[in-house]
Amino acid sequence: MTGTKAAAPATEYSAGALAVRGVRKVYQGSGRTVEAVRDLTFTVGAGDLACIVGPSGAGKTTLLKCVAGLLAPTSGEVRLGDARVQGPPPGMAVVFQEYGRSLFPWMTVGANVELPLKQKKIGKAERAALVAQALDSVGLQDAPAAYPWQLSGGMQQRVAIARAIAYEPKVLLMDEPFAAVDAQTRAELEDLTRSLWRKLGMTVLFVTHDIDEAVYLGERVLVLSASPTVVMEDIDVDLPAEREQLTTRALPRFAELRAAVYGHVQRAKTFHSAAAAAGAGDRP
Amino acid sequence: MSGMTGTKTKGAESRAGRGLRLLRSGAVHLAYLLGLPAALLALWWVLAARSTNFYYPTLDEILAAFAETWFSERIVDDVLPSLGRLAAGYLGAAVIGIGLGVLLGTRPRIRALLEPVLEFFRAVPPPVLIPVLMLVAGIGDTMKIVVIISGALWPVLLNTVEGVRAIDEVLSDTARCYGLTGTARLRRLVLPGASPQIVAGLRQALSISIILMVISEMFASSSGLGFTVVQFQRSFAIPEMWSGILLLGLLGFALSLLFALFESRVLGWYRGLRQSQRGEK
Repeated sequence: MTGTKAAAPATEYSAGALAVRGVRKVYQGSGRTVEAVRDLTFTVGAGDLACIVGPSGAGKTTLLKCVAGLLAPTSGEVRLGDARVQGPPPGMAVVFQEYGRSLFPWMTVGANVELPLKQKKIGKAERAALVAQALDSVGLQDAPAAYPWQLSGGMQQRVAIARAIAYEPKVLLMDEPFAAVDAQTRAELEDLTRSLWRKLGMTVLFVTHDIDEAVYLGERVLVLSASPTVVMEDIDVDLPAEREQLTTRALPRFAELRAAVYGHVQRAKTFHSAAAAAGAGDRP
Repeated sequence: MSGMTGTKTKGAESRAGRGLRLLRSGAVHLAYLLGLPAALLALWWVLAARSTNFYYPTLDEILAAFAETWFSERIVDDVLPSLGRLAAGYLGAAVIGIGLGVLLGTRPRIRALLEPVLEFFRAVPPPVLIPVLMLVAGIGDTMKIVVIISGALWPVLLNTVEGVRAIDEVLSDTARCYGLTGTARLRRLVLPGASPQIVAGLRQALSISIILMVISEMFASSSGLGFTVVQFQRSFAIPEMWSGILLLGLLGFALSLLFALFESRVLGWYRGLRQSQRGEK
């Protein structure tokens, strides 16, 4: 795991590129250690949209927190551009699954979106423009004076997305952002995410447990194994860039990719025990 | 013709009706607020009216004494000094309690270190400190303010610690991701996040402050409400003594109304949040 610091391709060093190298995370409990993530190595190129899927309990959230700099990996490193991530880096925004807990309930929608910009020391006029633009692009131009808890779940997640894009991040991390909204809203938010990505061109790392969502959204799908986690498969999604809920999902290629990812995820659940049975790994 | 006037009066009626309804709901509200106090005062008046006992004067006598005693230079000599000590002690307790509470809430190690000592001091009844404080701080305003702080501090401190510790992890992560550190984190995340608990602590501290203000003025004092009430009692000025107690009650009532106003301003968002959560469930 120490050898991974050696020569990496120069293209990785462009600003929005994300490199995860040999990341391992072990939680030390009282008399019990849990290896949540064993050895994760992958890169996401600048401006790419990669989805991470894996069975539940695969350490997806642990991985995302390590990437976001919220959690220090036990070993290995995460690099954003040419800098090592040691705390939440500037230029990275996160959208959490729990929209109800990630918006400040004592601030209006507008103030929620504006707050990170104040921290970035952006001038007042420019802040106002960015907030208005971001709310407009998620379809909430009329909501800046409302409080988050006055909005529906889907709208609250839109506010969180608006806050993230107003921040003008190079990398946007999304941790199962649509797992807690209804199916209709979810489809809308998926399309919103893709259109924002295409418009703004930031790197997006999207964690989900939903295989359909991963294939529909991603340019790439990384399949994680069950915990202790490794990257099991890296699949290129060669669907047209212009995606649409009905027609894209009806494409034969979509079904093929979906089946392939599904197969990998099924295999991921028993990845370690199968390896152990083959005598190549250790028993969990 | 009759039809036209009919619709006209109907519109006017509905507007007047709305005004009337508003007035009625206001009146109902006021009746709830003042109904029982008025009834109790009436009961007091009736029961005490035929009193010949020296220690239980009639309400008329008490009210007469009230006007005579308090609408005089006593406002400046006794009421204002009391209010000044109350304000200083209460604000001191609030500042120290919130400041220390934030520190202990965010630093588990300091909390572990200080907790046993704080538990001890919390267990000491503040009035018992008065003789000690008189030796150290004399018998002036400082002693009285310290007594108020030493009692009113605890609810603020303990509630603030709990409030800071209970700040949502996702919210805290969000704040970190967007670069909220140091004072910005304190102002935008920690204090507002803990404000429901802090305000609950401040509410308790207010009534404790009033109690300790009175008690501290009963010892070695030369001014203040507590001093005056004891003075009246010792000189057998019984209606005046009762009027002092009445004034203290009114003062507490007024302060709690003011506090409710403050609370509704600071925690308006919290009430809305709770209502929306209950609505969803």
